[in-house]
Amino acid sequence: MAARRSRYLRAHMGLLFAFLYLPIVVLVALSFNASGLPTAWGGFSLQWYRDLVGNDELLEAIRNSLIVAGFVTAIATVLGTLLAIGLQRTVRSRVLDSVLFLPAVIPDIVLAIGLLSFFNLLRFTLGLHTIVIAHVVFDMIFVAAIVRTRLAYFDRRIEEAAADLGANPVTTFLLVTLPAILPGVIAGALVAFTLSIDEFVIAFFNSGPTSVTFPIRVYAMIRFGVTPVINAVAAIVMVLSLATILIALTLTRPKGERSARLEVGA
Amino acid sequence: MSTATAPARRVRSRVWGPRIALLGPGTAWWLVFFLVPVGVLIAYSFFSRGPYGGVIYEPTLKNYARALDPLYVGVLWTSVRVATIATAAALLLAYPAALFIARASPRWRVPLLVLVILPFWTSFLIRTYAWIVLLNPAGLINRLLRGLGLVDESLPLLYNEFAVTLGLVYAYLPLMVLPIYASLERLGPQAAEASADLYASPAQTLRKVTIPLTLPGIVAGCIFVFVPSLGNFIVPDLLGGGRTVMVGNVIQQQFLQARDWPFGAVLAMSVIVLMFVVLVVQAQVLRRTQEVEHGRPA
Repeated sequence: MAARRSRYLRAHMGLLFAFLYLPIVVLVALSFNASGLPTAWGGFSLQWYRDLVGNDELLEAIRNSLIVAGFVTAIATVLGTLLAIGLQRTVRSRVLDSVLFLPAVIPDIVLAIGLLSFFNLLRFTLGLHTIVIAHVVFDMIFVAAIVRTRLAYFDRRIEEAAADLGANPVTTFLLVTLPAILPGVIAGALVAFTLSIDEFVIAFFNSGPTSVTFPIRVYAMIRFGVTPVINAVAAIVMVLSLATILIALTLTRPKGERSARLEVGA
Repeated sequence: MSTATAPARRVRSRVWGPRIALLGPGTAWWLVFFLVPVGVLIAYSFFSRGPYGGVIYEPTLKNYARALDPLYVGVLWTSVRVATIATAAALLLAYPAALFIARASPRWRVPLLVLVILPFWTSFLIRTYAWIVLLNPAGLINRLLRGLGLVDESLPLLYNEFAVTLGLVYAYLPLMVLPIYASLERLGPQAAEASADLYASPAQTLRKVTIPLTLPGIVAGCIFVFVPSLGNFIVPDLLGGGRTVMVGNVIQQQFLQARDWPFGAVLAMSVIVLMFVVLVVQAQVLRRTQEVEHGRPA
């Protein structure tokens, strides 16, 4: 009975993975398809990758996205890390936690049009800077959540020791706290970068005509004529984001918590 | 007196100094670029559209009255229906998977979870686009069905409500697995073992012990799927082909094409209100489960 049930669960898991990965595998395979058709295999080809390199609009969009994601990552990582320490140590309140987390829960279109109305009211010109502002709003919350999981392993007695040895709070933070939580901070930064570079809805509403980001470009390509170049773009994006997230995941898992635990006595 | 207040003030500043330094910048950003914009949106919903698309600052309720038009109530109903079906389907797919991972040997749990969550971190647009490739009349799935002789003609899989629902399930499935897994892991195997010792069948154990005690995870997962599905406009836009119109599509259209921002704001308010209803339900379920766990009468 139990064995039959576990066999059923195993089969279900297998089907679920097939469902999750089939679309990704198909897109990557099609990106090497010489025929360019989703229906017929015309042999292996790198032609769509070559076309991609020659697509100036796409390269411009990628450049814009990298600029946005760079600024967003820098600002969101600093704000998110400070927020994480503040929430962990000064004000322990579940209400504050969930209220601050609202931008990550609210459907993105609401945040998108809210910011658009706000920028419009203040006569802000839309551009890359407005996308940066918008992305930081939800990105810093993800950074804060990730850094907090790392802070939970941190032994505060190390900080007290530093203070006893005459370090001021800023020195203690820079030389003791930050190195200990650094893997969490880097993981947060990687997640912030990935979220920003993939983000479409908020950027779509808050970008000006000259500030087209990569997802906006991809959307236009999908919307107005499917070309095989999208498959090549898709394959590259998949591989890059999967690599980034795998790195982030390894960093958030403390190995034996060696860096943050002070051995007392034993 | 003054000597007594000086140290007190110093203590207070020692408490508030770090608070402001740590929480200040983030909450300031949150206030200015989240709370104020949502406030502006709420305010806009009570004004009217100007002749050239601007906003006229005269209070009115006519946008709300217009939202009661059967056309828009219908759109809202479609959104709720599609999001509900997608959530239910995701739950049916996710619960057995979470159960499998929670019962796997500890060595395998993290790799399995990572495999579930990985697709979620790749581009949302591209994952949705993949289904255009798979579902279209000449796509892989239809070719497979015809090749196996299951159907004579291609099935209309794309550009309908089925495609939209499927796209939403695919997009948010990992968000259902994670919280359910977390609550299964927190529960541990003991409860199910005790139930089996008391001669409950596996089905009874699942129905009367495991599922009720993992209800907080189930509800959290349902929220993570339902809320973003409700306001989604990419999936209905790309996979619905203009036939399955959800509230997100109308909001986008009001803001970017019709340029009736006050009416778009009203539709956004309906999404916010529905989201809060769902969050209140979650709070209720959490309280109920905690009461059960602590042995108080439910």
